[in-house]
Amino acid sequence: MYAALWRALPGPTWAKALQAAVLLAVVVAVCFRWVFPVLEPLMPFADVTVGP
Amino acid sequence: MARRLLGVAGELLVTLGALLLLFVVWQLWWTDVVANRQAAQVVERLREDFADDTGSTAAGGDGVAPVGLPSGAFALLHVPRFGDGWVRPVLDGTDREVLASGVGHYDGTAGPGEVGNFAVAGHRTTWGRPFHDIDRLRAGDRVLVETADHVYVYAVTGHEVVPPTEVDVVAAVPGDPGAAPERAVLTMTSCHPRYSAAERYVVHAELLDTLDPADLDPALSAATEG
Repeated sequence: MYAALWRALPGPTWAKALQAAVLLAVVVAVCFRWVFPVLEPLMPFADVTVGP
Repeated sequence: MARRLLGVAGELLVTLGALLLLFVVWQLWWTDVVANRQAAQVVERLREDFADDTGSTAAGGDGVAPVGLPSGAFALLHVPRFGDGWVRPVLDGTDREVLASGVGHYDGTAGPGEVGNFAVAGHRTTWGRPFHDIDRLRAGDRVLVETADHVYVYAVTGHEVVPPTEVDVVAAVPGDPGAAPERAVLTMTSCHPRYSAAERYVVHAELLDTLDPADLDPALSAATEG
């Protein structure tokens, strides 16, 4: 899977590495900004209020 | 073919593991970064508001664009036991968004200094963890609530650990939901134990004194030394 992705990226090795790093950064950013905040309420770590 | 499928499955599992680790990083580190920044902004705005002496909330129309800032901030909570200069904003409600910016005031409970129970909730871990050290509060410790017009000085009377459904702790008379309140008390709730939400750590305090805002700093240094 990742090997196929690596082959699909154009350019010499340094360009491939740069693109891979950018892709990784995008994945992290999307997770931090949108994915994890949606998942968090489903996790039982941080409820601080009392309620029925 | 089977080996290729196995390889892809392995890579997917490794990816899933990496994502789970990333979630932990986000939860334990990034939420603190975001929440502390938010809280600092709200504190700054509240201070400006108080200095203007309008007595309005942070949502008041002072011309500063409230971009990304939650409205409903109305007080500053000072807890000397949590550290020198420790301050967090108190906001209306106990929604997740509210608790990501500071301490939340339970809807329907008394206001600061009012007869009844001024009940607030704050994170013990993650999201700036305002009440991380709630278990370090001891009887007699001061908790100061600063509003535009007054500073209310509460003294801690004790704590309890209760199940999450124990709503009586935020009743007007804590532990006695039917009773009519005669005293002004403050209740702080947070999760317990740390990194869990199995129980709630609850601290009770009672109103000791009402000061002029100008007397805040002397009262804080007195509480820190005491």
